[in-house]
Amino acid sequence: MRIDETDRRLIAETQAGLPLVPEPYAEIGRRLGIAEAAVRERLAALQARGIVRRIAIAPNHYALGMVANGMSVWDVADDAVARLGPEVGALPFVSHCYLRPRALPDWPYNLFAMVHGESRAEVEEKRGEIARLLGAACRGSDILYSTRILKKTGMRLAKNGR
Amino acid sequence: MRHAPLPPDALDDIDRRIINALQDGFPLTPRPFADAGAELGLAEDDLIARIARLRDIGAITRFGPFFDAAAMGGDFCLCAMAVPAERFEAVAEAVNARREVAHNYERDHRLNMWFVLAVEKPDDIARIAKEIEAETGIAVLTFPKLAEFYIGFRVSA
Repeated sequence: MRIDETDRRLIAETQAGLPLVPEPYAEIGRRLGIAEAAVRERLAALQARGIVRRIAIAPNHYALGMVANGMSVWDVADDAVARLGPEVGALPFVSHCYLRPRALPDWPYNLFAMVHGESRAEVEEKRGEIARLLGAACRGSDILYSTRILKKTGMRLAKNGR
Repeated sequence: MRHAPLPPDALDDIDRRIINALQDGFPLTPRPFADAGAELGLAEDDLIARIARLRDIGAITRFGPFFDAAAMGGDFCLCAMAVPAERFEAVAEAVNARREVAHNYERDHRLNMWFVLAVEKPDDIARIAKEIEAETGIAVLTFPKLAEFYIGFRVSA
């Protein structure tokens, strides 16, 4: 891993969330035995390197009424997916869009696009938009709705060593 | 973790503004709640209390830094299993017990358990998938990311 031991401890200390106190970075610094400014400088450096994507709130889709969350999956011709993938990803209702390997014969799908809505009918309509965009390059599709969140913690590092 | 919508009156306009504004980022300043609060017209202690409540009622799942395992030299991988219904809870418990499992969802498909492994060393994906197979006796299909076309969705509260 391309981070030093102090960064690792900083990540381990903050991966469950920031403390909800007026000076959260000072509080983290106290726990780690480093200065408040060093905590902020290290977090800024990690962010500049892309290791911290952002410091932010993560809304709970379900709690906020987006109760229909479907993983739409598509079997898109290999010679077209590099062109069409970004177009699917650019649709405003697609939250994540990835190219992944097929697992033949069980799983013919190579393009994954998460679609969120307030009802399954709304998600199905959006799925139809993706189908129209892909056109003849798409040979099959499915959608897998989540019925339960079993775990959602984000990445966790071991507190000590590897 | 909450899977049902909150009652319509659970959030007021200020709560919604907080969720919308803080999805994009939070200041790296000595008094970040005071600074973020100033943008929202809220006092420091009011913003802290509201974020704590949003967390407690399940309107937000997390508040803090989001890490990218791949940028650290590690890796993420989406995995799927076809778990017999009568074993589902026990298998979910075994899979969730692993620290490397960052998310896990039940989905309505023959492949009914979908989880994400986040590891510090790329080789750990295959090793942990094999360990889960050995522990459960169920094949683990791995779907590594070959290309990412978009991430940046925002939820409007």
